[in-house]
Amino acid sequence: MKTLLRLVGLTRPFAWWMLLAALIGFATIGSGIGLLMTSAWLITRGAMLLPVAALQSGIAGVRIFGASRGFLRYAERLISHNTTFRILTRLRLWFYEAVEPLAPARLAIYRSADLMKRIVDDIQSLENIYARVIAPPVTALMVTALMWVLVGSWSTGAAFGVLVCQLVAGLAVPVVTAILARGTAREIAGLQAEQQLLAVDMVQGLGELRVFGTLDAHLTRMQTTEEKKLGLEKRAAAVEGVQETLSGVAMNAAVVWILWQMLPMVRNGSVSTVTITALIFGVIASFEAFLPLTGSIQHIEADIRAGERLFEIIDTEPEVKVPEHPEPFPGKGSIEARNLRFTYPGSIRPAIEEVTFSVAQGGRVAIVGPSGAGKSTIASLLVRFWNPTGGSLAISGREITDFDPEELRRNIAVVSQRTYLFGQSIRENLLLAAPEASDEVLKKALSAAGLDSLQNRLDDWAGQHGMNLSGGERQRIAIARMILQDAPFIVLDEATANLDAVTEQAVLDTIDHTCEGRTVLAITHRLHRMERFDDIVVLHEGRIVEQGRHEELISRDGFYAGMWRLQHETAV
Amino acid sequence: MNIDRNLIRLLKEEKRPFTLSGLAGSLGALLLVGQAWSLSRVVEQVFRTAAGWEMLLPSVSLFALFSILRLLLNQAGHQAAKNGTLGIRKMLSKRLAVSVADLGPAFARSEQSGRLVTTMLKGVEAVDPYFSQYIPQLLMALVTPVVILAAVFPSDWISGTILLLSAPLIPAFMIVIGRKASVATEKQWITMSRMSGFFLDMLQGLDTLKLFAQEKSRRDGIGEASERFRRSTMSVLKIAFLSSLTLELVGTIGTAGAAVSIGLRLASGTMPFRPAIFILLLIPDFYLTLRQLGTKFHAGMEGVTASKEMHGIFDRAAEAPGNDGSRELKAEEASSGHFFIDDLCYTFPGSATPALDGVSCTLRAGSVTALTGPSGAGKSTLLNLLLRFLEPQAGSVTLGSVAIGDYRPESWYRQIAWVPQHPFLFNASIRENLLMARPDAGDAEIEQALHQAGLLDMVRSLPGGLGTMIGEQGSRLSGGEAQRLSLARAFLKDAPILLLDEPTSHTDPVLEAQLRASMAELMKGRTVVMIAHRLESIRNADTILVLEKGRISQKGSHDELIAADGFYRHALHSSTEEAA
Repeated sequence: MKTLLRLVGLTRPFAWWMLLAALIGFATIGSGIGLLMTSAWLITRGAMLLPVAALQSGIAGVRIFGASRGFLRYAERLISHNTTFRILTRLRLWFYEAVEPLAPARLAIYRSADLMKRIVDDIQSLENIYARVIAPPVTALMVTALMWVLVGSWSTGAAFGVLVCQLVAGLAVPVVTAILARGTAREIAGLQAEQQLLAVDMVQGLGELRVFGTLDAHLTRMQTTEEKKLGLEKRAAAVEGVQETLSGVAMNAAVVWILWQMLPMVRNGSVSTVTITALIFGVIASFEAFLPLTGSIQHIEADIRAGERLFEIIDTEPEVKVPEHPEPFPGKGSIEARNLRFTYPGSIRPAIEEVTFSVAQGGRVAIVGPSGAGKSTIASLLVRFWNPTGGSLAISGREITDFDPEELRRNIAVVSQRTYLFGQSIRENLLLAAPEASDEVLKKALSAAGLDSLQNRLDDWAGQHGMNLSGGERQRIAIARMILQDAPFIVLDEATANLDAVTEQAVLDTIDHTCEGRTVLAITHRLHRMERFDDIVVLHEGRIVEQGRHEELISRDGFYAGMWRLQHETAV
Repeated sequence: MNIDRNLIRLLKEEKRPFTLSGLAGSLGALLLVGQAWSLSRVVEQVFRTAAGWEMLLPSVSLFALFSILRLLLNQAGHQAAKNGTLGIRKMLSKRLAVSVADLGPAFARSEQSGRLVTTMLKGVEAVDPYFSQYIPQLLMALVTPVVILAAVFPSDWISGTILLLSAPLIPAFMIVIGRKASVATEKQWITMSRMSGFFLDMLQGLDTLKLFAQEKSRRDGIGEASERFRRSTMSVLKIAFLSSLTLELVGTIGTAGAAVSIGLRLASGTMPFRPAIFILLLIPDFYLTLRQLGTKFHAGMEGVTASKEMHGIFDRAAEAPGNDGSRELKAEEASSGHFFIDDLCYTFPGSATPALDGVSCTLRAGSVTALTGPSGAGKSTLLNLLLRFLEPQAGSVTLGSVAIGDYRPESWYRQIAWVPQHPFLFNASIRENLLMARPDAGDAEIEQALHQAGLLDMVRSLPGGLGTMIGEQGSRLSGGEAQRLSLARAFLKDAPILLLDEPTSHTDPVLEAQLRASMAELMKGRTVVMIAHRLESIRNADTILVLEKGRISQKGSHDELIAADGFYRHALHSSTEEAA
């Protein structure tokens, strides 16, 4: 319930639009009622052999209601869709604002594209909250009131019976079916999740399944799961069918009830036959308003589940908070790490332990080690994606937690091995690093990064995740960004990992040139041109195993020398 | 008119339920007429004679009876259609899984594997509304209007004519506008998915935005983009909704027209009262059935799209060559037989150049053969052919004197251990992931295999031990750990033939030494074919085959090859130079 209220609260700015759409929706059903009632009136009056003139108002009514219904429906659909899209815009902004301070630490578990996609789908599914959840009950309520007035002005008893039937159709039946279907829907969702896993196992692990002779067993398991799911769906369909039937019974009961209540009144003359006929037709038409209510309850459940998932994400505490009185960033400077320690939440092993090193202003230090040694963790800590679990990390003698994280990041250019490119133009992707840069500046940066070919393609779409560009081009865009950012600190996190040997040499030249005079921390498992570093920190399983200059480490013939040999001995 | 031939063919497999559904629909239409008939009698009695409740009771009861019967029939019809639909879905999902299995790992792990999973999960579900909603509604729309017309005409031919003339307008408009609307809907659908793609992009790239301290400025971008999409979508919808407006207008104007004409004729005394009420009660249902067909039409659309995708897979599977010999392969045969590869060719569908172009060689029993060569030379294709993940297009692979395709697949695979470069870990515990290799193995044997693969200490350090869940839903193992788990599987399987794709690059000298030792242990006494990347692995092989552009360019031992001028010596030179 709390989730639902929070969700409904998000739509508050559009309350007036929603009310307008609901009113028009009511008017649409109202003209349906009007059409049938005036038709009945017209026919019964006609049957009394009255002159045509006495029928004129009825004829006009039939025509007006007949024509207006279509147009009203059209207007209602336009307004409600428009509102829906506005709500969706707001939901997206709301979620983005709420989730942005949490990235990336609290979003780490959603890193896989599938999970991220589900979040987006959840938000998308909430767009229905107005059209499917809020609007139908509001409209139904108005129709109920209308019928109460219409029928009640002739007979309170009849109106009361109609009300009961409407409550049954609009409230009791949907609620009961929802309760009956609730367990089923949850079970189906559980089976669907299982099917997802089975399908991934099947498609990706088909080779293993074949070689191990377990393919048939796996297919059988998939089939059993599907059958279980279909069985549940059958049950759900039966419940749905009962609901339709019961609503229909309620409608017919209302008709019989009116007859039962009002016949004596017809006999004693207090109600005319014209009236009772019109009322019966009106009641029949009014039940149109109650049909969507079952769907609306089912949507409430789905929306609440989607809402819960979203709130669960955004209700977490951000990892990094902006200090109340941030220190001004010193510009150029040094990096010092002392006894730095970090353990990822939920992990039993620390990612790094007791790591101590320093980079002098304008100096260059490399952190090397096999993958999984904790190298990238140090970069994440430096740009404050995470907070250290222990020890200290400082820039020019000041703890990095004292700075405003945004200002800190603006002053550290990061080139990482997985360059994220947005599905936008190349220009947009470059402007990220320097929002005010002119095209001239952008082209210069591209050229410096060895991407002369892209200079005249600034407007080209980079493709989804930059797929229109090759791995090497993407990597060099990252380097162009680094040049554009013009920051006093540079972190190179496997910056040339995706390049072929020839390109790598060229790009390394550019990087070396750009890094001139800046404080550089390079993270790599590929040992190339290692002699250019003032100091090399060798990490293995989170700990420093060796430290020193290239020649020293090679002559020591330890872990580093082993890595070196390994890399320069690969035949093919 | 949304009749997909493939889907209709499926309908034939579940004839009974859909026939039942059609029958229920037709009976329902008759009852609808009965309902209107009895209610009109009630109204007439009230109107004419101001009858008392006692006199009305028979007609009211009849009305109630008809109503309830009709509702029950409706429900039965829906349920029957749903049952038929579920039957079709069951059949489709099975066929889909089997087709994917038949197409084999080379197909399944291709680039579209994500799409394949989506089709398997959503495709079959997407077909549901087509069968459970659209088809029953189509049957209804064929029967109900005819029954209503048949009931209306004898009572009042003028109203009947109005209905008859206006009825074709609905399908006609539906086709004319529907075509435009479906283009518009598609456009809207694309716009919407592009927008959600844009938003997904922003969320996925949030780290990058933060790195450049641009996360605040992009917020407005999302708002603007979202608004832009709203405006363009609305302009599309304005047209799309016109179709339902037109349909609605035909319905209401038809109703109004009939009502006015009836009223006027009643007033002039040329028409009796009861048929008038009777017809008035029937008219809304006449148009409703037709109009609902339009709604369900859209519900069924997605199923048609999904069906195309699924039948594409079925067709490919039907074309795929069979993989089912019936011979049994005995362990002795497998361990003592040489492989004879003769003029083997394979070209991937859609590729212009052959991946293997006439490869002939002998792989000796109990010896290690290393495959080497530049990437794209056909090494993996050769391994896939030995694994029977692909079927030779020309030439043959025989073990001893029997073509490997003649063995029953299960029997064949029982004698083969496979260590791929990127082994797949199933969403299951470590124990289950290993047990696949030998289902009857006990924990002691599993631990022995883990020890041989150098993974035992790591597994023991996990809080769940052997029961720890791995794969997508469990804790992820690193690439090196996954490879060692795959080695443990091979140890456990203990098969005479070992097909191995050596891990390309490792940066951890400690891990590297461990892996090298366990691989050497594993290869002892088996017939081994390995795609080798390490100089040392290649040097230790009994025979080295150098593949270039789908052909064997060099063949021999390390010493022989180093003496000859060719790829092998060049490659060796360049790598040793770099090291120096």
